Amino acid sequence: MILLTHNRIQLALHELRCGDGTPLLLLHGLGEHSPARTPDSASAWTGPVYALDFTGHGQSTVPIGGGYTAEVLMADADTAVAHLGPSTIVGRGLGGYIAVLLAGARPALVRGAVIEDGPGSAGGGPAPTSQVLSTPVHTMKSPPDPFALYELSKDIRPPDYAANFARLAVQHSGLDVPLAVAARFRPAWLQAVADEAGVVECSVQAALELFSGARPTRSR
Amino acid sequence: MADHGAQHETVTYPGARLPDRAYRVDANGVGIAVAEWGKEDDPVLMLVHGGFDFAATYDVFAPKIANRGFRVVAWDQRGHGDSDHAHLYCWDADLRDMRAVLDYVADGPIPVIGHSKGGSLIVQMADFEPHRFSHLVNIDGIPCKRRAPDISEHDRTKMLADEIGGWLDHRRQTAVASRKPDTLDGLAKRRQRINPRLSVDWLRYLVTRGGRLDADGWRWKLDPSMRFGGFGPWRPEWAQLRLPGIGAPFLGVLVTEQEEMGWGTTPDDLAGWVPPNGRIELVQGAGHFVHIEQPELVLDMVMDFLGCA
Repeated sequence: MILLTHNRIQLALHELRCGDGTPLLLLHGLGEHSPARTPDSASAWTGPVYALDFTGHGQSTVPIGGGYTAEVLMADADTAVAHLGPSTIVGRGLGGYIAVLLAGARPALVRGAVIEDGPGSAGGGPAPTSQVLSTPVHTMKSPPDPFALYELSKDIRPPDYAANFARLAVQHSGLDVPLAVAARFRPAWLQAVADEAGVVECSVQAALELFSGARPTRSR
Repeated sequence: MADHGAQHETVTYPGARLPDRAYRVDANGVGIAVAEWGKEDDPVLMLVHGGFDFAATYDVFAPKIANRGFRVVAWDQRGHGDSDHAHLYCWDADLRDMRAVLDYVADGPIPVIGHSKGGSLIVQMADFEPHRFSHLVNIDGIPCKRRAPDISEHDRTKMLADEIGGWLDHRRQTAVASRKPDTLDGLAKRRQRINPRLSVDWLRYLVTRGGRLDADGWRWKLDPSMRFGGFGPWRPEWAQLRLPGIGAPFLGVLVTEQEEMGWGTTPDDLAGWVPPNGRIELVQGAGHFVHIEQPELVLDMVMDFLGCA
């Protein structure tokens, strides 16, 4: 396990498999943690495979007093990519949303991102609703942090916000196809991403085959 | 070593008074610094500061309210002033911290005054937990749609990319970041860039309250991981949507002189959105920090609103 520093958080980055070539970075869903081994859907990937525990999950630091946003988790993933160099990403649920954000924010460093089904995909919906301000109760001593479960399940995800990131990835990655949607469940933000030009819908395996030799095919 | 000339200087400001009491409240593990002015057995009135400010920015305004018979309570939001620098920051966390202070100081509805971000926080809290407040005063803290310059979609996308990339670059540095040190005067002058209507004398006073003197000079106590501006899914109009539903009496104070820290909201922007028990007052010739520029005027406005004139 590699420990990376993001502000006051120590992030656990797990090397699941070594290899040559572009690293594959796995981002787990809300409340999950990194898998112990490379998932079957990524078994054909020839490069090294890594998995990141987000803040408050797995073996990463559990912060005090909450304060989670999807954008901070994007910065978690950016910390991993800063360490690994240009990487392809597969994200489950919440991790899929984070993968879209990072693909738009760091188009030169994300060499294709795949969005899979997984926990935390919908977040708090596309717009604010009547909500209760709760303080999560710690029912377990171990991660995930209940503040993460609470706050990131309320995190609002407007479709046009997510689509903007997809557009940034399409416009600035230099890849003809920088994003692939493998998820069957399509909350509004993900449908908006899937509807963008330059985003394909296919299985994880097909997407990774597409991204495995990903090189810029057009000038940025 | 640089000459930080004023390091032993005691800075005062006319009308400014240190809190009568200061203590900490635990907000789910985050230590929140609370300040109080006035007699402990007077009725509670709460003040909520804006982003990048701190409770001591009320050192002139709060004593004036206390002198009218209130126990005035203000606190430093997480990462600000003397409160803990937290691992993480978000809007809901600020609301939970506010609730921790409310739970500590009041067991019934109280009047609350929020400035800028503090005004937006109290509007949202009044939507979540309306039983907390008897009256709301919002000082230039009602967001409206961002002023969007007339630029092409391509340029707008480029701006967004630059903003996000800049923020991520900042996050990569925050583990070892610290606020830039300066002399007392230097820090005051830097602050004046974002508070252009406030006097250097006031800002020098604020440095001694919201800053600390290290070996290499004065620096703001504000968590260096916090950054002005930013991006995210939040839309300013979402705050406006909550306004009409406020049941408690509501006073919104707007200003005519626009500056960087304000939203630039005008009474016309709020036409049709003011709650039934609410009204908007426009202060001519004043900027975003109207309660600092014209404390007596705002005090009278608030006391009249509370029925204490």
